[in-house]
Amino acid sequence: MIDRRKFLKKAVWFIPAVGVFRRLSKEAQAKPIAGGYDPKNHLYGMGIDIDKCIGCGRCMEACKTENNVPKEPFFYRTWVERYTIKKDGEVDVETIDPRHEKPLARTKETEVLRSFFVPKLCNQCEHPPCVQVCPVGATFSTEDGVVLVDSNRCIGCRYCIQACPYGARYLHPETETADKCTFCYHRIVKGLLPACVEVCPTQARIFGDLKSMASRLVRFKRINRLHVLKAHLNTEPKVEYANLDGEVR
Amino acid sequence: MNTELAEKLTDLSREVTGFIYPNEVEIHWSILVVVYPYVTGLVAGAFILASLVQVFNVKEVQPTYRLALLTALAFLIIAPLPLLLHLGHPFRSYEIFLTPQLGSAMAMFGFVYLWYLMAVLLLELWFEYRKDLVVWSREAAFPLDWVYRVLSFFSTDISPRAVAFDHKAIKIITLIGIPSAFLLHGYVGFIFGSVKANPWWSSVLMPLVFLMSAIVSGIALVILLYMVIAPLRGEGVNMRCLDRITSFLFYAVIVDFTLEGLDFLHRLYESEESIKILSRLATDKLFISLWVIQIFLGMIVPLGILVAAKSLKVNEELRRLLYFASVILIQVGIFATRWNVVIGGQLFSKSLRGLTVYKMELFGLEGVLMQASRIAARVACLHQGDVDGMRQLGEVTVRVAVDADQARERVPDVAEKGTGRFGLGELGVVHLSRSQLALHNDSRSPRQGDS
Repeated sequence: MIDRRKFLKKAVWFIPAVGVFRRLSKEAQAKPIAGGYDPKNHLYGMGIDIDKCIGCGRCMEACKTENNVPKEPFFYRTWVERYTIKKDGEVDVETIDPRHEKPLARTKETEVLRSFFVPKLCNQCEHPPCVQVCPVGATFSTEDGVVLVDSNRCIGCRYCIQACPYGARYLHPETETADKCTFCYHRIVKGLLPACVEVCPTQARIFGDLKSMASRLVRFKRINRLHVLKAHLNTEPKVEYANLDGEVR
Repeated sequence: MNTELAEKLTDLSREVTGFIYPNEVEIHWSILVVVYPYVTGLVAGAFILASLVQVFNVKEVQPTYRLALLTALAFLIIAPLPLLLHLGHPFRSYEIFLTPQLGSAMAMFGFVYLWYLMAVLLLELWFEYRKDLVVWSREAAFPLDWVYRVLSFFSTDISPRAVAFDHKAIKIITLIGIPSAFLLHGYVGFIFGSVKANPWWSSVLMPLVFLMSAIVSGIALVILLYMVIAPLRGEGVNMRCLDRITSFLFYAVIVDFTLEGLDFLHRLYESEESIKILSRLATDKLFISLWVIQIFLGMIVPLGILVAAKSLKVNEELRRLLYFASVILIQVGIFATRWNVVIGGQLFSKSLRGLTVYKMELFGLEGVLMQASRIAARVACLHQGDVDGMRQLGEVTVRVAVDADQARERVPDVAEKGTGRFGLGELGVVHLSRSQLALHNDSRSPRQGDS
């Protein structure tokens, strides 16, 4: 026979215990990613062939559509820069307007030494400064080599935006949390290509899995001489460029 | 999207010179983040002045001891406010305390702040005021006596032995407090100094420069408050005390000036790839705030005034006036220092090819007010929107799952088809033929010019 005192004592413990168990069981039921995807078996990267990019801006459009990026030209997960190096050594850089509403500056043809387009996106660094500085661990590296932001955890302090050497991050004006390229993580875990790669008409962007010998990226890395952006900062980007010009920063 | 923000950014983008990355138009750390290091600097500086009395036995400075401690406490309490107001999600700020990411300099905030507040300032103030609180609780009338009694934690012992113990405790706390004060402001400097992406911030000297400028601003503030408050309380200003503190101030300014000069020389001499854009930054965008306010008005002029006040045999009245002028100039100068670090570090592109602008809205009034109203609005709708946010507490949400779900919702046919070619029509892809491509290329790319 249980007396009232004992009963109350047990009840005091019972209530929080139920809460903990409910939470734990909810955690245990967290859905695994479809198709038995195991991040351990993958390591993603991207190759970009500068010589193939025609600056059409389809990638920028596709990315904004796919990832709910605000349409204003101050928020990009990926963008394309046009470099114009003049004969007098002056370098002009412009960001492409994907809708081509704002025409690019024209330089007199005889003054141009060389010109090219450079697609930019998050470099998914091996040593990401953004992950290092996040005070609450909202931005993190996944096992398959992608840097993600947990928008339910991000407090919007913007330290990661300051720490990114590539300007790849912005504060999403609707969620007020940091946002950036995820290699379209929701697509690649299903075996699909990132939106920007999918739509590129010249295949300037090569996406692939470095742990799969059949991947196009491995072949791309074998046949090209590659560079990364701002190598001196030792961030070890997983986005590598072929035919990159020394003027690009 | 917020059209106001879009308009603001459009205006700002017109004033960009050279090339900046498209995401860099928005200045992310605004005036509120300028205020934070300024305020913590005052805290650290005021405490270090107070510690002069306790640890280094500088008896002349005694009249400012309590004032310095209280100044430090007052500013420490408001120090997190500007940061809180600046967060995109102020209601998640507790995450910094509960689940800090220990590799982040910013996450140290929780530890350093709480340590400094609880273990140093409040404790030292309590021991300092304990005897008085006991005495007041005996003398005061009804409601106040209980306030004093509670504040003294119901201690009653004011025997010489107990008071001697208080003094000993204060001494030990101050000994711990000095490195803590260094930590409090040194870590703020480290937050900036460790950002390798930003050549204006990234410097090993940054924590030291922050620390010295903190001492300068803290001492200057206590002098200012002392000169205003002492007459108001009917006490005369103690000139011996004032002369002594201003000497300390003088030396602190010299050290600060030297460190900043060293930093400047070092950058100039090493002349790394960022030097061109940084010199354009310093001579163009920051000319007034760096050269005129921070260096000339904030350092050289007050140093001159202090030298004049001390070396020329001027009378007390004039000396007070000179001291007063110099501490005000120093305050303005240190505020400009914080401005030049925080705002200056965001006015140039990390592509090192262009400069942008920062516009404080209506001298900060609108900006600050808007932030405050935003917080109020959040509190009001705590029952709706942010309850969801609160529910996240302790709930580990893997972004992967969220993303996958969102994608499924957005393109329901995607999940079903699951092929590699979905969504192309939706993304508005135009398959260009080769001739179209050539045409496209021709009209867009000046590269055609070389052939």
